[in-house]
Amino acid sequence: MTTLTQTTDDTAPDGGAGAAPRSTGSRATRVLGTVILVTAPIAAYLGLVTSDPDVVQGDAVRLFYVHVPVVSLMYLPVILCTVASIMWLRKRTDGWDALASSSAEVATIFVGLGLVTGALWGEITWGTYWTWDARLTSTALLFLLLLGYLALRRYPAEPAARSKVSAVVGILLVPNAILVHYSVSWWRSLHQDATRGLDTKMEGNQLTTYAVAQGVFVLILVWLSIHAFRVAWLSLQAERGDLDVAIAERMADDDATGGM
Amino acid sequence: MLADARLIAGKDLRIELRSKVGIGQMVPFAVLVLVLFGLALDPDRGVLTRATPGLYWIAVLFSALLAVQRSFAVESAPGVAEALRLSGIDPAGYFLGKFAAVAAQLVVLQLVLVAGVVVLYGADLAGPLLLVATAVAATVAIASAGTLYGVLAAGLRVRDTLVPLLLLPALAPVLLGATRASEAALDGGIGDGWGWCGLLATFGVLYVGFGLLFFGTLLEET
Repeated sequence: MTTLTQTTDDTAPDGGAGAAPRSTGSRATRVLGTVILVTAPIAAYLGLVTSDPDVVQGDAVRLFYVHVPVVSLMYLPVILCTVASIMWLRKRTDGWDALASSSAEVATIFVGLGLVTGALWGEITWGTYWTWDARLTSTALLFLLLLGYLALRRYPAEPAARSKVSAVVGILLVPNAILVHYSVSWWRSLHQDATRGLDTKMEGNQLTTYAVAQGVFVLILVWLSIHAFRVAWLSLQAERGDLDVAIAERMADDDATGGM
Repeated sequence: MLADARLIAGKDLRIELRSKVGIGQMVPFAVLVLVLFGLALDPDRGVLTRATPGLYWIAVLFSALLAVQRSFAVESAPGVAEALRLSGIDPAGYFLGKFAAVAAQLVVLQLVLVAGVVVLYGADLAGPLLLVATAVAATVAIASAGTLYGVLAAGLRVRDTLVPLLLLPALAPVLLGATRASEAALDGGIGDGWGWCGLLATFGVLYVGFGLLFFGTLLEET
């Protein structure tokens, strides 16, 4: 008897749950990881050494090569979480559940990184870590929304009930983020002078450096997502596995006593 | 669906009327929050008067948390969920009923709180039409989102800790909208007040629609 649902999910590198892998790595992640290990130092060297200081921002521009790639990617896993939640409600398979859970984790990391690098950059260019700017405020609220979702995911409850509740909250992530974004930008447009736009005209090696950095962060996003997915998948299987073992033992007990 | 909604709302409100737990604890709590704000922000320096709309809506939000948790706590006794499921009540009707009961309690609460800010903070109620419209739209928004997140907690048998973390960030646009609209009304100038009111209404419609759609999923047996 088994309650395992075998699913084939295109995002699952190794698909099935049959033989539990010993690590969360796969061939894809090992290749990706190696490429990242090679390219990340290159990007760091380009950003820290060869790239020219900006005319306006001086050396502060080097943060740009981290902050902008992170921020440009951070909405992707959020959207993925909502899509996976919708798909889970339709299909009810572990793959979508694990995808929703893992992309929320990756999203939290990216949004958190975006906030931290943004605050550092703000301190250097604006002279303050935090300002109630529309973008900062709505990103902070998105971070809190994600923390709530992760807290729900970690809540010790019956797995099936938790998946269902998480799916509904996951579906609400994107609509909530949109509502927050619009209300906050409207609020700030009333109270603050024009957003401090940055002249992002890049030239020469700045553009090259940015392109390399962006590429590296895309790889990191994919690498992290695959690992997180496999962790989520394995922990789902582990929860089910424990239950199966417990039920089997209990039934064996019953058989033993019933046979007497 | 509407008949079911009326049944559920009637049941919840009857429980509250008889037990007086909601009114006996939620309203004093809200007033307490108003008094605490007064202590924290020295009333003589004019901060209170300027911050009245924001403080008022924060008091409403915190009290709404209590109302939502109470609304599902009365159904947490063993067997109640099963009995509700067996009764064949339409999930959408169930959502509407819980929502209406929470909204009704919030209306009562706000009547007391408005009196509170007038007396304690010396608020001058200008622009009554915009104020009432804001209060209605914000109540619908808070009650619908609260009911939706409240049933999640009930489904997981969560005790009181998770709902605020999930609900409050989601209600941030409501706090913003309600505060700005009330500010506009109290300042006498209407300004963007009706626009913010529209945002509140949109939020409420979205959450009511979402609740009608997904409540069945949340209630089903796992």
